[in-house]
Formats: sequence, C-alpha cells, structure tokens
Amino acid sequence: MGNLFKIAIRNLLRYKRRTLLTASLITVGVVFVLAFIAVSGSFKNMMIGEITDSMLGHMQVHRKGYVASIETLPINLNIKGGAIAKLENILAEQPEIESWSPRIKFGGMFSNFTETSNIRLTAIYPEREFKTVPLLPARVTDGSKDLKRGEILIPELLSRGMKVKTGDVAVIVATNANGSVNGKQFTVAGILQSATGPGGRDGYIHMDDAKDLLRMEGPEISEFAIRLKDFGQLHKFSDKLEGLLSQTLNQQNKPIFELHTWEKLSPFFSIVRMIDLMTFFIKLMLIAIVLISIMNVMIMAVYERIREIGTIAAIGTLPGKILSMFVIEGFCMGIAGALIGDIVGIALVYILNIFKISYNFGLQKGVILQSVVNPTDILVISATVIIVSVIASLQPAFKASRMEPIIALRHV
Amino acid sequence: MSLLIADQIGKNYQVGEVVIPALRGVSFEIDPASFVSFIGPSGSGKTTLLNLIGCLDTPTTGRLTVAGADVGTLDRKQSASFRGANIGFIFQDFNLLPVLTVYENIEYPLLMVQKVPSGERRKRISALLEAVGMADQKDKYPDQISGGQKQRVAVARALVTNPKLVLADEPTANLDHKTAYMVLELMKEMRNEFKTTFIFSTHDQKIVGEAEIIYMLEDGELKGKEIKGGKNNG
Repeated sequence: MGNLFKIAIRNLLRYKRRTLLTASLITVGVVFVLAFIAVSGSFKNMMIGEITDSMLGHMQVHRKGYVASIETLPINLNIKGGAIAKLENILAEQPEIESWSPRIKFGGMFSNFTETSNIRLTAIYPEREFKTVPLLPARVTDGSKDLKRGEILIPELLSRGMKVKTGDVAVIVATNANGSVNGKQFTVAGILQSATGPGGRDGYIHMDDAKDLLRMEGPEISEFAIRLKDFGQLHKFSDKLEGLLSQTLNQQNKPIFELHTWEKLSPFFSIVRMIDLMTFFIKLMLIAIVLISIMNVMIMAVYERIREIGTIAAIGTLPGKILSMFVIEGFCMGIAGALIGDIVGIALVYILNIFKISYNFGLQKGVILQSVVNPTDILVISATVIIVSVIASLQPAFKASRMEPIIALRHV
Repeated sequence: MSLLIADQIGKNYQVGEVVIPALRGVSFEIDPASFVSFIGPSGSGKTTLLNLIGCLDTPTTGRLTVAGADVGTLDRKQSASFRGANIGFIFQDFNLLPVLTVYENIEYPLLMVQKVPSGERRKRISALLEAVGMADQKDKYPDQISGGQKQRVAVARALVTNPKLVLADEPTANLDHKTAYMVLELMKEMRNEFKTTFIFSTHDQKIVGEAEIIYMLEDGELKGKEIKGGKNNG
C-alpha cells in the first residue's frame, strides 16, 4: 500500500501546477465552508441564546393540551394541586437541570386611568425566573431590574403608546377561571424591551399578585420553564424527561403533562432551520467543487498516462491495483485539500475573532462575533471532501483498470 | 518439452464490416532458452504474433500454449497473473515509468506484481543492475539517462521476475546501431545466464543475424525458418 501511495504522490507532483490548482480549489472550498459554518453557527447560537435566555427557557412543561391553545392563555388549563408537587419532585431529581421557574400566564386589561389596552402577563417568582432566563433583567431598559409584590414590568409598546413611565401607577383587570372580573393596582417598576420584536405585549408581575388578582384558591401554574446545565444535551434530556412525564397519568390514564423544547415554542426556530439549510447548500457546493475538479484532473491523468497504464498492465499489474493507483491519487489530493483547507479555515476564523467584529442582535448590543470552528464540523467536512475525492476518482480509475493493454500500448 | 506451441493460430481484426486477417494458420514450437526472432515487413503480423504470445490478445483460431497454459482460455485477470509470473516485456519505446528511478523501475514487477520480500528484491535487482551495467545509474530517473541505458533498464525489468519468456517488440527500433547491437548482446548474455527464452521482432536486417532462430513472416503467414548455431526447433 505504501508503494501505491508513493507512486500516486509522485504522479501528482509530476503535474505540479495542475495538482496545485486543484488542491487550491478544494482548499478554497473547505475554507469557505468552515468560515461560513463558524460565523453562521456563532450567529445561530447567539439567536438561540437570545430566545431561550431572555424569554422561553430551554424547555417548558405544560398541562396536556395547553400549547394547542397557548394563544388564548387558557387559565382553565393550568396545572393544579398535586400535579404541581409531582412535577416539581420529578424536576428536582434531574441532575441535568440547572433551574426551573413556575409561571402563570394570563391575559388582562392594562389601564393608566385615562386609557386601557390589553396585555399578556406572566406571573413569576423573580429570583427563580432570573435564574432560568438570565437575560430577562437585561430586557429592562428603564427602572428596576427586580420585581417586588405590587410592581409590574410593562412592555415598551404600552409604555410608549400610553405614555406610562417607571413609578407610575396602573391597574390590571383580569378575568379568572370562574369568569369573575377583578382588578389590582400596580406600580410600574420597569419598562421591558420585547424579546420577539417591536410588537411584544408581554408584562411581568409577581406570582403572589397574580394569585390575588385571579383569586386562586389553591396552587396553579400555567407552565414550568426549565434551564439545563448543558444546552447541548437538550434533545437527549428532553427524551428522558418526556419518558418520565409520560408516566404521570390522570384518572383517565392519560398523561397529565406535555413537554416542549424551545424549537417547538418559537417561530425563530424556522430561521435556525434556514441557516442550517443554507449551510447544507454550501456543503453541497463544496461537494460539487471537489467532485468536478477531482474528476476532471483524474480523467486528464488517465488520458495522459494511457501508455503507462498499458505498460503496467502488460507487466502483470492486476486491474484492481491499477484502480487503486488512481483512486489513491484522488484520495491524496482530497486529503491535501482538506488538510490545508482546515488549517487555513481555522486560521481565518482565528483572525476574524482577533478583529472582534461586533453587531447588535435584539437585546444584545455590541455583540462580538465569536466564531468557533467545531471539531465535529472539521471532521465531517474533511471526511466529506476525502470521500467525494475518492468517489470522483472511481470512474476514471475504473476506466484505467479496464483498459486493454494492447490498445493502451498502441496509444500515441 | 517446448516452451511455446502454436498450432494453426490465426487472428482476424474487424474494421467496420471488413474482416482483416492479421495471422493465418501459423504453427511453430519454441524450446526453453532459445533466442528467437520474428522478421518481416511492416504489416506482416510480427506484433500481432508477439501480442498473442504475450497474452495481451487471444487468437481467433487455433491453439497457443505458453509454458503449458492454453492462453486462449485465460480471462483478463488470469492473463494478467500469467504475464506477471511467466513473461517479461521489452518495448520499442522502453516504456519505463517516469516517476520511478532506474532501481524502482526494475523493482516494480517484484513489488506490485509478485510481492517478493525486500531482501530477495534487493539481491535480484543488484545482480541485474550489475549485469546490465546500470548499477551506478540506479538512482536516476528515466529522463536522466540515454535511450540505450533505458533499454538496458527495460531488459533488467523484464528479467527481474525470472520469467520463462521475454518478449521484445522491435527492441532496437529507437536505438542507433551500435547501441542496438549492445542491447542484443546484453539480451543474449541474459539468456545465457538466466536460461530465459527471448523472442523479439524486428525488420532491421542488420540485427536479424544476432538471432539463433529466425522465423520469417509475410502477410500473416509463416514463410520460412532459419536456424543458426545448430539449433533446430522444428
């Protein structure tokens, strides 16, 4: 095998310029793909972080059927009584969970005594919520980043539209599960920037205030937001937790809870999918570059060496070995292109990071582009390039191996 | 026992709808360690005959036995293996591999065809390099040596596998007369030393005399046989 490699490498070096051009083409492709994946991956992670850390959490548990009606914030589908304790027991036993935060979500009317508008409210225990969605305090653009009883964090939209500022008093009117309407006075503690765009109408109040406002007699929770210690374990843990939750059944022997990861709760996931799709197409382009360039070079190599092929075939070289010779040439070129591309790609990403390119994304201002080349991506791209190089060499190599020595020797 | 038996072999080529007979019912036998030449004008069938003997092609009619094997029945892979084990080739254009040194060119069949252990390889190559007078040029590449030297390397490459038969199609066509004689002398020496049968084709009347048995071909037919040095293979 070592001799086949020796011959292959010498043959590649025999046509230095052509080999250099082809390897350069592959290198440029690999560098481009690596840089794209690193930059888009950085942006994607930033976006996911923005969504999960400022609003959703990594995953959420609801009562079965809640998410299907989530737009109406149905308080009659809250988790109640013993089910809350059961769920908290399950969550407490999971070492993968960093924190979780119970929430009550409901719709209400917001009044500044002269005007009234609708508002979506999330009732929280501030300390637990801030642990689970640590970017939430960063959304408070004016006023206190804390939330005490009797206080409300209102969305920027309402603040601007109704000219309400920090320290003002407002009234929230809400209908409870029995249909009775109740109102409660709040002091505006801060103005919240929307995490989902300029149209956000989400405000936050303290959990105990929500219980008073909605006249809840026992414990009720609309959702549990969960934050994991390792976001990379999201799907693995989601499967595990789903299995555990499915064992908690109601009187009709049906599961009480439903679990959703952030992807199923946020429309931003489609943007993430689009980035993944773009990455996929970029990878396809790389495959096309490698396939065409290697195949072109190998076809030329076979054509130029027909007499040599005839000679080695006449001497008694078996067709399989002739095939190997040419496939190894393509393989070597793929390895060279992938290796140089990896090195240059990593260097390029490193240089990009040195320049500290910054951008604004949602709540995160002046975010510095932290492109990271994932070792898995390097391996996958390198393996793809090498495999495609081998595949591209197969046809010309097969042609060489099937050549009749008598015809090949006559070739001029 | 004869090394090579040709029994009424014929070879036809199809060109469009026309069938062209390149060989017509040729029969002969060649003993081991012979030094044989096929002569004749261009188009007489010399190369076709050598291709058949070298298992590079199969006869259309008749039976050709080389080293005990009916070469007409061998498939592609068997032919390659048979050639690797029994036949050495010397080409008109030398056909050395340009990316390999003199040493590596001679080593190639041992390494890639016969898988001979390294110690044995070194021994055989050194002996042949000495024999063909190329020991001091062993690290040079083909483009760094002369035509005569290339053909000497080709002779060494053909002999390194200890073949029963070496075929040379117009081995001196690209050499000047002096070098051509030297190459033929070398081939003869190698025959004497290794007891290998040499069969070569030529249309050069001046070097024909170097052969011990001469077959004359014309229009694909064997027209005569001349034996020198008292050998007669019938």
